[in-house]
Formats: sequence, structure tokens, C-alpha cells
Amino acid sequence: MVRTAPNTVARNLAGWLLPAALILAWEAASRAGLISESVMAPPSAVLAAFVRLLASGELVENIGISTLRALSGFVIGGSIGFAFGLANGLSRLSRDLTDTTLQMVRNIPHLALIPLVILWFGIDEEAKLFLVALGVFFPIYVNTLLGIQGVDPQLVEMGRIYGMSRRELFFRVILPGALPAIFVGLRYALGIMWLTLIVAETIAASSGLGYMAMQAREFLLIDVVILSILIYALLGKLADSFARLLERLTLQWHPAFQPA
Amino acid sequence: MSVIALHPKQKQEASDTPATSLAPTSPSPVSTNAPLAFSLRGITKRFGDKTVLDGIDLDVPQGQFVAVIGKSGCGKSTLLRILAGLDSPTSGTLTVAGGRASERRSRIMFQEPRLLPWARIGRNVEIGLTGIAKGEVARDLSLQILKDVGLVDRAEEWPSVLSGGQKQRVALARALVAHPFILALDEPLGALDALTRIEMQQLLERIWQQQNFTAVLVTHDVAEAVALADRVVVIDEGRIALDLSIPLARPRRHGSPETARLEGQILDRLFGRG
Repeated sequence: MVRTAPNTVARNLAGWLLPAALILAWEAASRAGLISESVMAPPSAVLAAFVRLLASGELVENIGISTLRALSGFVIGGSIGFAFGLANGLSRLSRDLTDTTLQMVRNIPHLALIPLVILWFGIDEEAKLFLVALGVFFPIYVNTLLGIQGVDPQLVEMGRIYGMSRRELFFRVILPGALPAIFVGLRYALGIMWLTLIVAETIAASSGLGYMAMQAREFLLIDVVILSILIYALLGKLADSFARLLERLTLQWHPAFQPA
Repeated sequence: MSVIALHPKQKQEASDTPATSLAPTSPSPVSTNAPLAFSLRGITKRFGDKTVLDGIDLDVPQGQFVAVIGKSGCGKSTLLRILAGLDSPTSGTLTVAGGRASERRSRIMFQEPRLLPWARIGRNVEIGLTGIAKGEVARDLSLQILKDVGLVDRAEEWPSVLSGGQKQRVALARALVAHPFILALDEPLGALDALTRIEMQQLLERIWQQQNFTAVLVTHDVAEAVALADRVVVIDEGRIALDLSIPLARPRRHGSPETARLEGQILDRLFGRG
């Protein structure tokens, strides 16, 4: 349940207090000589690296490449997962035919496929897209399926009694009923999307954020390494905020999203 | 009156041309000359080897308020589901009067309101007009019926903010917005507190008198049956054990000596002391 606060702005700001305090403490500790510069660059150095890379255009380019990869993989894997989730939630035949196979594949950690994927695709774009799509597929698939199976059968019966067509039944009863679970899958998938991409870029890439971090490690540029990590955190948070915004817009009816 | 024999397999799809004419032969305990709303002949329902309904014969004239009472598992809800077309009888026939589809329309109301949580109150009521009216017309009709149940000012709210009794009133509005010919009620007040129940009973009675539909109320509450119904049918082990007319004037008062006497009579039959 969401608690009511004086206003949403203050509530959103409150979440940033702890990260800000941590950064200040970290800077203070660095200046006091408590943290060695070869272990951890101070925030001011990270900021300087940020400005430097921003000015050279390197940062924007790498973030752009990574984001494009992440989203393309997400769209491919997510839409296939959603389609399978719908099909298997709505049709027993489809579920009987495919669910066992999908559950078996799901139990293979998709990152374990990296050696195989490199053999298949080299370190080209396809390798990253494939891994992200595979990683995103399962949370979307499983949660869409669960959402549809969890729709109150009494509501479905009600829709039938009132003469809804199959189409109406799907759009007015089944899909809205499955939506909260689908959003859980979406948020989970967004997390996996970044995770997979970063691992893939760290291991096999010639551009992108993961590549940038690995290059920096080669040259002992610890400030750039830390900057990359912070950018991952921000991108992850951004994706999650976007999912929450969608959630709030579409789940207004849900008691958890209503102002009390 | 045109009467259409509905086979269990082709319930809703029966053609509009009057088919088999079925004269009301079995004597009804309520002496009335009103044409029949529906008639059940030898309705039997088995689930595996368990016989839930065992040859039910029942004629209900148009506009009558019938209460069906019985212990848990006596088959009263199954009877209602057959009447509403949700289940098919194993054998026997259900005959519903009325020529046009709109005249045969029946609605069922459950113990749970079954409102769509993601649709506003007004939209939920409009579901009752699926395939009948759309857009502005549907909106106006649903607001009218919401006025009748006293919730017109809540039309733009979500169901989650309503109390249990208010939700049932929305469900009642949804069931009645298309002016059904028969309203089947499956313990619709069962989950409400005692005071809300009495309020809902009065509302139901008032709307029934306004709209003039045939009401079939399944309940386990004898007092509720006697307060609302023209006629009480007691079902025991899948058969009609008692068919009692309630000739009390309306509005009825809870706890009057006449209602107490009738309630006693029904309870005696239910517990085999009659």
C-alpha cells in the first residue's frame, strides 16, 4: 500500500536523500585520505570524468548504443514472451504443447549461453540482442501466463452471462485482470535487460557502456569504471520509474494506486 | 402468449417462431390467471452418480416473486443456474414464455457482486446492456437505473471504494438495466450485514414492483423469503417438499405474527417436523 504524504514531490525527493548522503560521506572520506585513490575514485573525480567523456561525445555515444541494444532486445524478447503468455493463458492446447519446453529452457541460466552465443554470432550485435531477448522473454512470459490464469473465473462467467463476445471478454475482463501481474513481469524484465546487456558488453563487445568500463579497467581509469557503474544504476532506475508510471496510469482502479 | 420449448442444448438459440405450445396444466398453489413466465417439467440434474435435482415441476406466472429455500446442497442453486441458462439439465424441459428475445431475457445475480474492479461504476452497469445499447443511450439508461438504486452520484467512482451493500446495489442495477423478463437471484444478500440486508430487501421489493419482472430468489434465510416472496418453494433432496403461497399484504413488517406463523411452517418442513 502507498502511504499518503503531504505531496508527491516531497515523497519522490525523500528517496534521493540516502544516495546523496552516501555520496557526500564518500567524498569526505576520500578527501580525508581514508579511501585510497587506487581503490575508489572520489565523487568529484567521477564527476570530472563524466564532464570529460560528455565533452568528447564518447559517453553519449556509448549510452546511446547500449540503450538501443537493450530496448531492441527487450522489444523482441518481450513481445515473443507476451505472445506466448497470452496464447498459453488462453488456450489449453497451446499450453500443453509448449509450456513444458519453455519451462525447461527457463531453467538454463541464459548467461551460461554466452560461450555458445559467441561461437554462433561472434561479438556482433546479434549476440547481445539474442541474450537480452532471451533474458527478457521468461519474466514476461511467466507473469503474463500467471496473470491470465489468475483472472477471477467468476468475472469471466459474469462477462459470458452478459453476452460479451470473445473479443470483448478479452479486452474488458481478461487483459485488465492480468495487467497487474504483467507489470510485475515488465519490471523484472527491465532489470534483467540491463544486467544481461552489461554482462554481454563486458565480455564481448567493441562499443557500449560495458565496453567503456572494460577499456577503462585496462588503463586503470578507476573514475571511469565507477562512472559506468553509476550510470547503470541510473539507467536501471529510469527504466523502473517508467514502468511505474505506466503502472500508475493503467492501474488507477487498483486500491494500491489510489490516493486515500 | 407464445410459449417456446427450450431444449437444454439450444437454450438461448431457440427461434422466435412460436413452437410447441405447452398449456399450463399443473395446478399452481397460487391461484392466478397471469400467463406463465416459465415452467419446469421433470427437471433432473445429476453430477456423476449424485442426483442433485430429481424431477422438479414448477410453473411460475409472470410477475411473481418466488423464493426457493433449502438446506445447503439441496440443489437450489443448481435449479437457478439451469433457469438462467448457465447449466443444462440432465433431463426435463425448461419452457420460457415470450416471443421476442428481449421478452425472454433473464439475468442472474450472485452472492458476490462480480463487478469489474477496473471499470467505473457507470461502466459496470453498462455491461448489463452488452449487445443491447451502446454509447450515449447505454450511459443514460445506466444512470437512470443507478438513480433507482440510489447510487447515481457514484457513477464515476471505482468499485473498490464502495461498501459491500453498495456493490450489490450496483450489481442489481447491472442486472436490471436491460429490463429483464426474469431475474434469478442466488443468495444476493447472503454476505451482507443484517441492517444492510433489510435495506436491500426493501430496495429489491420496490424495484420489483416498479419493473414487474418475475423474480426467483434462492436463499437460506426463511425470514427473507417470507418478507419478499409471493410464494415459497422448499426443496429437499432434489424435490419440491413444500409449495406455499404467502398472501400477506405489502409492504410487510418484519416480526409480525403472520410472518412468524409462516416462517414456523417452513422451518418445520425444512427440519422434517411438519
